[in-house]
Amino acid sequence: MTTPAQSCIQIVNGHLVDPKNNIDAKQDVFITGHKISGIGKAPENFKTDTIIDAADCIVSPGFVELCGRLREPGQEHKATIASETCAAVAGGITTICVPPDTDPVIDTPAVAELIAHRARAAGYANVVTLGALTHRLRGELLAELSTMKKQGHCIGVSNAMQPVKNILIMRRAMEYAASCGLTVFIHAEDAELAGDGCAHEGAVSTRLGLDAIPESAETSAVSRMLMLIEQTGVRAHFYHISTAAALNMIAQAQSKGLPVSVDVAPHYFHLTDMDIGYFDSNCHVRPPLRSQRDKDGIRAALKNNTVDAISSDHQPHDADAKLAPFGATEPGISGFDTLLALSLRLVEDNILDMNALINKLSLSPATILGINKGHLSIGADADVTIFNPNTAVTIDVNKFKSQGHNSPFNGWQVSGKVMHTLVAGKAVYEAST
Amino acid sequence: MKQHDIQFDDNGQLRHFLTIEGLKRDTLTEILDTAENFVTIGDQQVKKVPLLRGKTIINLFFESSTRTRTTFELAAKRLSADVMSINIDTSSASKGEDLLDMLHNLEAMHCDMFVVRHMQSGAAHFIAQHVSPHISVINAGDGQHAHPTQGMLDMFTIRKHKKDFTGLKAAIVGDIMHSRVARSEIHAMNIMGIPEIRVIGPHTLIPPGAESLGVHVYHDMEEGLKDVDVVVMLRLQRERMTGALLPSESEYFHTYGLTQEKLALAKPDAIVMHPGPINRGVEIESAVADGPQSVILDQVSNGIAVRMAIMSRVLGRQPQGALANSSEGET
Repeated sequence: MTTPAQSCIQIVNGHLVDPKNNIDAKQDVFITGHKISGIGKAPENFKTDTIIDAADCIVSPGFVELCGRLREPGQEHKATIASETCAAVAGGITTICVPPDTDPVIDTPAVAELIAHRARAAGYANVVTLGALTHRLRGELLAELSTMKKQGHCIGVSNAMQPVKNILIMRRAMEYAASCGLTVFIHAEDAELAGDGCAHEGAVSTRLGLDAIPESAETSAVSRMLMLIEQTGVRAHFYHISTAAALNMIAQAQSKGLPVSVDVAPHYFHLTDMDIGYFDSNCHVRPPLRSQRDKDGIRAALKNNTVDAISSDHQPHDADAKLAPFGATEPGISGFDTLLALSLRLVEDNILDMNALINKLSLSPATILGINKGHLSIGADADVTIFNPNTAVTIDVNKFKSQGHNSPFNGWQVSGKVMHTLVAGKAVYEAST
Repeated sequence: MKQHDIQFDDNGQLRHFLTIEGLKRDTLTEILDTAENFVTIGDQQVKKVPLLRGKTIINLFFESSTRTRTTFELAAKRLSADVMSINIDTSSASKGEDLLDMLHNLEAMHCDMFVVRHMQSGAAHFIAQHVSPHISVINAGDGQHAHPTQGMLDMFTIRKHKKDFTGLKAAIVGDIMHSRVARSEIHAMNIMGIPEIRVIGPHTLIPPGAESLGVHVYHDMEEGLKDVDVVVMLRLQRERMTGALLPSESEYFHTYGLTQEKLALAKPDAIVMHPGPINRGVEIESAVADGPQSVILDQVSNGIAVRMAIMSRVLGRQPQGALANSSEGET
């Protein structure tokens, strides 16, 4: 029996970096149909249909985004699955994990199916979903975790940014998730200590008179969660940690062998509360931008590998959401468009080498999500990102592919440009020249 | 990055008055000097000068305040401007888009200045960023951030009674955490060269990193008041008197209320100020509030002259420059 002819793509002249297979060398990549079919040398009977010239470029496994909000369903005035998956592939991201705080919340298979269906229809990036940890994210009753998992609708669970105020419910939810074999994704913030705060508690919040979120809002939450993780044995991931102190606590837990991982977002290793300046609402994020000491601590934790992954924590907003006095604006940064260039700065700053950076953008987040992505082994899905790390770019929010133009990085001079993105062997993005 | 101080126009002249932070001592001194000239207007038969004739000023108060609004209105009227006040029900105008819509509507009516009070820190900056280039904005209090005209009138009052700032010790007592007045005063005192500024209050009412504003922090009032020349008492909002910040009104008065005994620790000629309205028996006892060292009512009357000085400076900046010059000749 013969299968229908599959297209054959050969990526030439590129420098391949594939952390899983320990490749960091000039090698061609061969793709047959949806899969990687050869590295370095063509498989038998390979007849090249398409050549992609990756001269001066890095050829990398497609990036895996741990936390991307696509705003659909529920907030289509901010963005849609089509708009954001399109922006993702332009940023080199081939798989996006969506947290459950859509409207309606992802706590039934129907919502997860809707998102998967729309993502497939859009035809850009892979989209996977986390299920709600508690019913409607209200922190009161467990959601149907097992049902969600069995039908393949969620690959992990989270209460997103909603607090589970009752610590007993959190304990039960972790126990239940552990028995389902699900990883719990945690936004670690003590709701009472954070209150209505919108900025890091320190000299800047004091000067500007902004309601403050103390460091302890994060450290106390991380500390309680670590106790419960140890007790329940659940596998857990901490989203975008903002303080050096919390990272130290997580590092200790990791060294004790607890199954915990952590990511950070570029704004936490590039910006501090000082960047709020005179109330720049694009710097309103949750958790808040912290102090210089925290920024240094995050960079150190990237270097010593406490931080497993980098996530853009993509939160696109409509213009009106940021058009108000600071405290009345919605928190979040549109991150897909700037993820690569801002992360490449870590290589420039000698925090990470290229291999480690690509690991934190692809293989490591895929491992955290428990999906077979983030590598270019023969037989793997051909999700490939090709970028030139040296192309100088000035960040211009008006040219963002994302529908959300909310970014404090507007005007930054950076290097790094995605040239081609392939998802399952299909060219879904090519930079205009 | 791109951020510049939006208070200044392209020629470096003061276009808005949003915060005292970042202003020069010369600028503040000029405002105080101008205010000096305006003080006597209140005593004249015709309490008016024609400096802002033909200008339209709109007071936009998203937070109610009779006193501040009235002094701004009087200041505008004495400068011969047309003035109207709008109190905005915050429940209907809480969203930014509505706020901007409203501003643009008012702009379309050709006004020249907004005087804004709002409960969100940064609201005055936000509005200043979005108004048309010919419009000036004066901050009449934004959240917990700044109340710069109050800060200036307090400097005016201090200068009147103490002449020179550079040998003074000043203490600001009470709820520093939630006080925009305290923040503006601290900036003004530092800029004017007061060498020792103390803030006094319980830990729960002193914001973290207060020292970075350039003050010394005291939790013991007796210690903090020792030998000061100026005592500024802050109003304690009723909703903060009980709960997690303070156990009770009476305990607060006992520890941080200004009594004659405590005032005796300050210099004999120390002045007592309060931005008003006063909670008698909570932050200050009546004997002190009405006593010989109190300059609280003086502050209120100075408020009009200082606000006139700020309004005429900001609106008098316009290209022709005629207004600015005439202010010297007028008085």
